[in-house]
Amino acid sequence: MPSFLTPDFGLLFWMLIAFIVVFVILAKFGFPVIIKMVDERKKYIDESLKSAREANEKLANVKAESELMLKEARQKQSQIMKDAAATRDKIIREAKDRAVAEGNRIIDDARQQIIAEREKSLRQNREEVANLSIKIAGQVLSKNLQQDEQQVAWIDHLLDDLTVSK
Amino acid sequence: MKVKVINKYLLLGLIFLMGIMPLKSVASEGKEDGKINVQELVMEHTNDAHEWHITTFHGTKISIPLPVIVKSSTGWHAFMSFRFDEAKNGVYEGLYVNKDGKICEKNSEGAEQRVMDLSITKDVLQLWIVVILLLVIFLYCAHWYKHKSPESDAPKGFVGFMEMFVLFVYNDVIKETIDEKHYKFFAPYLLTVFFFIFLCNILGLIPIFPGGANLTGNITITFFLAICTMLLVNVFGSKAYWKDIFWPDVPWWLKVPVPLLPVIEFFGVFTKPFALMIRLFANIFGGHAVAISLACVIFTTFQLSIVKGATISPISVILMIFMDLLEVLVAFLQAFVFTILSSVFIGLAHQEEEKPQAEITK
Repeated sequence: MPSFLTPDFGLLFWMLIAFIVVFVILAKFGFPVIIKMVDERKKYIDESLKSAREANEKLANVKAESELMLKEARQKQSQIMKDAAATRDKIIREAKDRAVAEGNRIIDDARQQIIAEREKSLRQNREEVANLSIKIAGQVLSKNLQQDEQQVAWIDHLLDDLTVSK
Repeated sequence: MKVKVINKYLLLGLIFLMGIMPLKSVASEGKEDGKINVQELVMEHTNDAHEWHITTFHGTKISIPLPVIVKSSTGWHAFMSFRFDEAKNGVYEGLYVNKDGKICEKNSEGAEQRVMDLSITKDVLQLWIVVILLLVIFLYCAHWYKHKSPESDAPKGFVGFMEMFVLFVYNDVIKETIDEKHYKFFAPYLLTVFFFIFLCNILGLIPIFPGGANLTGNITITFFLAICTMLLVNVFGSKAYWKDIFWPDVPWWLKVPVPLLPVIEFFGVFTKPFALMIRLFANIFGGHAVAISLACVIFTTFQLSIVKGATISPISVILMIFMDLLEVLVAFLQAFVFTILSSVFIGLAHQEEEKPQAEITK
């Protein structure tokens, strides 16, 4: 029998050892490394595709969102402008009112003061006139009263006037 | 670009060498008194041996001596194989190589007796060359991945090729035939078997030293691989698998008085790995035998007449190149077939229990 046809103990023995060696080493350090890496790469690619798709969707959303935001901003802007205009008008109106009131008050005060001043000066004038007239009257009297009869007559006349006027 | 062209020429050259080299080695041997004994040549090339014969040049044998390690009745012996050539009558320390290439001794009655032989023979050396090559190839690939992250580019060149090869077996053979829960457990074994057989087959096609031994064409190797598959199938077989063997889902009269189907099924447990063993062995041995026979055609025809030799030889060379290319295909195919059948047997042993017909129709 040729030897390749009969299982040979020596070769079987070495085959056992060789195969176990190669199997143990490759099963531990060879194939799992390759397969693990390929699986991980596959997962990574899948994830990348997924995230790319999501990003695209997000981008579309962002576009819509930004448009919406722009619109809102524009609305808000016009609202603010309107409000600002209203406020401005209000402030101006109020200021005007206040100014008018103040002006009126000042004018009133001035008027009153003027009146008071006038009365005061009038009174002074009157007093002066009275004093002057008294002085004049005094001088006139002092001159005229040097004649007794005339004096008596004048006094009487005056007294008469007084009593009559009463 | 340049590298590609060089690679192409290298490959072509290699194929050419594959075709031509057997010629060279055959040319100088097997000629006893000018006649070529084809059968002997084929046997010599396919058999295991205690030396690695390269060529015979002008009557001097050029071969790589290999260590002989045997345990005979006189204890352990370890020496290099060229001692047999040097020794008188080829007997060294009471040991000699018989006509089948096995180391024997004479017992007290003078009868031939085999000794326990753990020698590093041609096949064993080839085996270790395959082991080292496998380890170098795959540990190199694994090392390449060590400093890479999943984010980095996929490998190119050799590592990329090996990755593709591994994934082909992993995805198209193992994942397809074994169910989801179990394929990860069996994948390392099946991948190892595939690449082991493939490399053995390919190295067997190289006619000179680092290859050329008829490893997968030696029944010991295929026997071992078949036993491994058989053990894996039966040790890890599910309950349903064993029930299917001893109590298959067939009419009762096929199994009760005479357990006809159980017996057939039980034989199947052994015939399946047996078929695996014979298929691989016969294919590879056949390939080697045909390639060498075709080479011998050249010499036999030249012996008949120069005219016949000159006309037949070119045809023979073309046929040899064709055979070698075919053998490359066979090398892959047989590794693939062995792996896929092992995988299928393992997958079948892990099938979930089949649902009764009634439930399925529902």
